[in-house]
Amino acid sequence: MGPININHMIDQITFYVIAAIMLVFSVMTVTTRKILRAAVSMLFVLVATAILFYILKYGFLAAVQLTVYAGGVVVLIIFSIVLTHQSGQKMSKQSIWQVIAAGTIALIGLALTIFTISEYLFQPASEPAIESSVRNIGLQLLDYNHFGYAFPFEVVSILLLAALVGSIVIAVKPSKEEKTIDEPTVRPTTNNPVKH
Amino acid sequence: MENVPLIHILIVSNTLFFIGVYGFLSRRNMITMLMSIELILNSVNINFAVFNRYLYPHQLEGVFFSMFIIAVAASEVSLAIAIIINLYRKFKTIDVEETNLMKF
Repeated sequence: MGPININHMIDQITFYVIAAIMLVFSVMTVTTRKILRAAVSMLFVLVATAILFYILKYGFLAAVQLTVYAGGVVVLIIFSIVLTHQSGQKMSKQSIWQVIAAGTIALIGLALTIFTISEYLFQPASEPAIESSVRNIGLQLLDYNHFGYAFPFEVVSILLLAALVGSIVIAVKPSKEEKTIDEPTVRPTTNNPVKH
Repeated sequence: MENVPLIHILIVSNTLFFIGVYGFLSRRNMITMLMSIELILNSVNINFAVFNRYLYPHQLEGVFFSMFIIAVAASEVSLAIAIIINLYRKFKTIDVEETNLMKF
């Protein structure tokens, strides 16, 4: 073995620490009975994922992950927890059969996938790597000739608009006027023939 | 980063996926089920990025798929939370066992 490359070792150590953090906190997310603690554990998992993207040299993806997931989604989930739960309240215990069934399904699936990926021969492409800079990402994202992603980009912006409007329509509180619209007594009296 | 074997990262992301599946099947609180779905989508994102870096480093398709998954996940979470809040107004609980209005 040649001289030990310090940078490689730092990468390896970072990856295994990140992997341990992700696994521990994701287990805490699905097992703890305090729901706010589950949300905070999920935040740690998402931040660890952002660091993993960063050491894979996808800096832009790490930034998107941090802003949208860790900044947006977690805050939204914590808001809804605060709106729907008493503070300090524990969730009800799951039945033991449910836990056993879910654990069995998850373990069987995990064993199957790990067996499959350990059998599969991954063959890396031999072409030289492209630089994953924001410039390259933006050029391909808004390109509509050379395998660009302009059309999915537009579709996903329409989807975001639809989700925005839809969540407002679903969550809006029915106002008092709408509730009493079919009672004839509260209608404004514009049809009265007073002016004639 | 290339000196960490690909299969180690894949094992981590698959374990994350099935932890999410376990949470989705065993929890009965709607918000924690939503969090499990987020874990699942997150592990899929890791898979896309890792395959892109290790197997096809000459293109950026995995990055785009991860970005679109993040956008879809954000809109999904906003809609799901609107539904949860609406449900809470009707039932005063978000436990899926107790919201049985459409049960026959």
